Amino acid sequence: MSAPALETRALSKSFGGLRVADAIDFRLEVGARHALIGPNGAGKTSFVNLVTGALSPSAGRILIAGNDVTDLPQAARVKRGLARTFQITALFRRLSALENVTLAVAERDGVAGDLARPAGRHRRIIGEAYALLEMLGLAEDALRSVDTLAYGRQRLVEIAVALGLAPKVLLLDEPAAGVPSSETHLVAEVVERLPLDIAVLFIDHDMDLVFRLAKRITVLVEGRILVEGQPAAIAADPRVRRVYLGERNRR
Amino acid sequence: MATYGSVRPDVSEANRRAVETFARRHRYRPLEALPWASALLVYALVPTYLPLGAQVLTTILFALSADLVLGYAGIITLGQAAFFGTGAYTAGILAAHGWGEPITGMLAGGAVAALVGLVSGLVVLRTTGLALLMQTLVVASLLYAAANKASFITGGDDGLSGMHVWPIFGIFPFDLYGRTAYVYCLVVVFVCWWLTRRLVHSPFGRSLTGIRENVLRMNALGAPVMRRQLIVYTISAALAGIAGALLAQTTQFVDLNVLSLDRSGTVLIMLILGGVGRLYGAFVGVPLYMIAQNAFSAIDPVYWYFWIGLLMVLVVLFARGGVLGLFDRLVDRLRLRWQ
Repeated sequence: MSAPALETRALSKSFGGLRVADAIDFRLEVGARHALIGPNGAGKTSFVNLVTGALSPSAGRILIAGNDVTDLPQAARVKRGLARTFQITALFRRLSALENVTLAVAERDGVAGDLARPAGRHRRIIGEAYALLEMLGLAEDALRSVDTLAYGRQRLVEIAVALGLAPKVLLLDEPAAGVPSSETHLVAEVVERLPLDIAVLFIDHDMDLVFRLAKRITVLVEGRILVEGQPAAIAADPRVRRVYLGERNRR
Repeated sequence: MATYGSVRPDVSEANRRAVETFARRHRYRPLEALPWASALLVYALVPTYLPLGAQVLTTILFALSADLVLGYAGIITLGQAAFFGTGAYTAGILAAHGWGEPITGMLAGGAVAALVGLVSGLVVLRTTGLALLMQTLVVASLLYAAANKASFITGGDDGLSGMHVWPIFGIFPFDLYGRTAYVYCLVVVFVCWWLTRRLVHSPFGRSLTGIRENVLRMNALGAPVMRRQLIVYTISAALAGIAGALLAQTTQFVDLNVLSLDRSGTVLIMLILGGVGRLYGAFVGVPLYMIAQNAFSAIDPVYWYFWIGLLMVLVVLFARGGVLGLFDRLVDRLRLRWQ
């Protein structure tokens, strides 16, 4: 239990003169419900891209469950239990919700390279994918193609696909982005019901959602961790109020 | 909302049936027998058309190979003729130099084409979009130029002649009426179709669809995208090579046309007419194209290609998904009316 589910040590990334990550020391504990917040352009999505391997860091290390994965490609990190969702829905739009999740489960299970047997014979894979949809309240939509679903439901499929990888660490990049406020509670309920052995790091601008879900909050400003702590402490911190909430009021 | 089942038990039952439908998509449907029944009917009813029929069959296989990369894996290619031509020349050169055994010759054509696919794929598939398109074009052009230059083996501009193809199994000689050729092509195309069908319904095939729909997400799922693309590119090349070998063996002649850009382009037109990514687009598009070509050139021997072009424009504008897409929409509409 000593090693955190995810850890970064002095993680840095520059694009020319722009530092999107500046010596970030971050720990995501096992079973955490951790929010990463910060004003626009603070480097939140870049942080996610660095952790998943979509971007390679200029300096620093990334560890999953205590193992250094800095030099591993994206696919290898997924195999170690790291899954993510995208800020802008990235699904297989013309395929059904069930197919979307099935592809993820098949990938994780290692049957996706099977050339010989029909996919339909892998009942266990389909059953598991369907169970996930059911858990997220999407059973009705299982056979509908994703682009015909309401956006809020698409966001849930996005989470279901990530869960199909049976992650130990789940990175949710603005899970409620673009979802009408009447439906954000659906996303919140889903995140609340996630099994506790999954460590969840999520980014969001919706403060109600952040304070509802997070047990711990990290505030990122200009690629640097400004402060980290319990939600109550963060809400009371004058620096956060100045940098983050102040910006919100100006909007 | 999580307890729909208890509130409306019928819904839960409907869901279970839906999953069942999903899991049974690979099962054969009666309509799938139609192309093969038609092919047998052609053999029985119009024996004078068998040589043309054999050509249609090889072209269907060629179009099927293009559907696999373009329609399923989403790899846009203008160089499919590279593999067709490689297969044709391999079988042709073997038969012209003393090895006329058709089945091993055909398999050799597929194998050499697969090798060309594998090696060129290692380079070509590192790019996407327009760059990929241009690179596939380059591979085909290079092979065309090489075949032209190496006229001491390929016959260059004059074509490769002097092929002698032995009887199949040493029993069935290729006859003047094209009976043997037709049956031979039919059997080979059927086996290739069966293998392709298995492939697209396998988890591997489904993951290709995922790559086509969203590469970014497939990467995030940890899928070895490049490796999968390379595998399907190689398989597709093998199928195209077999198609080329069949053409060479049944016409006993190979010329530079088998490697031409024209052939790569035409096969895409045929496929788009029939419907891309549907496995049966080739079976509809190829005969349709050939019939249209026949009809148009009878009406207008000089400008027939203009009419093909016009047909293509109409399909792209009004019939996305080709004839089969149109057919699907028609069935959907009828079903709605019946309900």
